[in-house]
Amino acid sequence: MPETLKIRVLVRPKEGILDPQGEAVRGALPALGFEGVRTVHIGRLIEMEVESADEVDAMCRRLLSNPTIEEYEWEVVS
Amino acid sequence: MRIGVTVFPGSNCDRDALYAIERMGEEPVELWHAEADLKGVDAVIVPGGFSYGDYLRPGAIARFANVMGPLEDFGREGGPILGVCNGFQVLCEAHLLPGALLQNRHMRFVCDRVRVRVETANTPWTAGFEGGEGLTLPVAHNEGNYFAAGETLARLEDEGRVVFRYLDNPNGSVNDIAGVCNEGRNVVGIMPHPERVSDPALGSDEGLKILRSVMVGAGV
Repeated sequence: MPETLKIRVLVRPKEGILDPQGEAVRGALPALGFEGVRTVHIGRLIEMEVESADEVDAMCRRLLSNPTIEEYEWEVVS
Repeated sequence: MRIGVTVFPGSNCDRDALYAIERMGEEPVELWHAEADLKGVDAVIVPGGFSYGDYLRPGAIARFANVMGPLEDFGREGGPILGVCNGFQVLCEAHLLPGALLQNRHMRFVCDRVRVRVETANTPWTAGFEGGEGLTLPVAHNEGNYFAAGETLARLEDEGRVVFRYLDNPNGSVNDIAGVCNEGRNVVGIMPHPERVSDPALGSDEGLKILRSVMVGAGV
């Protein structure tokens, strides 16, 4: 049995890229009485189980993120 | 002339595109996503819709469909390709066109008619224009906010590769861009839907002029 690695990938808009979702949430928080929220950015968390971490970076570059507008980081969770 | 229309699961403007090609008196050819075969067509339209449910990002999964291999070769060899709406998103994900389409700035799906200006006649899909003409075309999208990084954007503008520009920007796209072309000028992406205005019964057939242009380029 090959081992199973749990991988967690975080994809988010690159700095300076318009993030309408984040903006909308930032605008909504004060409406609920939460003050002092300066910025909100929304990304995507992807969890995978893989047999090897060798190709995770390629997966991130080729499919899981769009390098034109997003940046990613990933880690082996267990 | 044989004009292909790719069909992905979730494409919903494929029929409109096939109908528009018929209206021009040309031969429409369906290109099924699972077949790596362009069936010898002379030009390809990648239609709008929600290929693969827009999962992950619009166009991200369609970009790896079997039909895309030969389509990418066709585009790199100078074959005329028009990506409309989701088709534009697919072509950006496939790196046949630069940049990306972000969520609309105002966070709302926009379904409307907009005025655009044809910025250049120097593409197979605008060869029937002189450049500078206005058109009224339908838009229907949630991710139509074109973005390209500074250097890429400057190149697009310098090289006259902004093909269509909004007169009244509906989605926040950078420099009011509604459509661009690749370096070879044969691959064009446009967010509004020319194939949805292909018959006076639909309110207008202004869109046919874009689709017909490809025949001008081919000398038909």
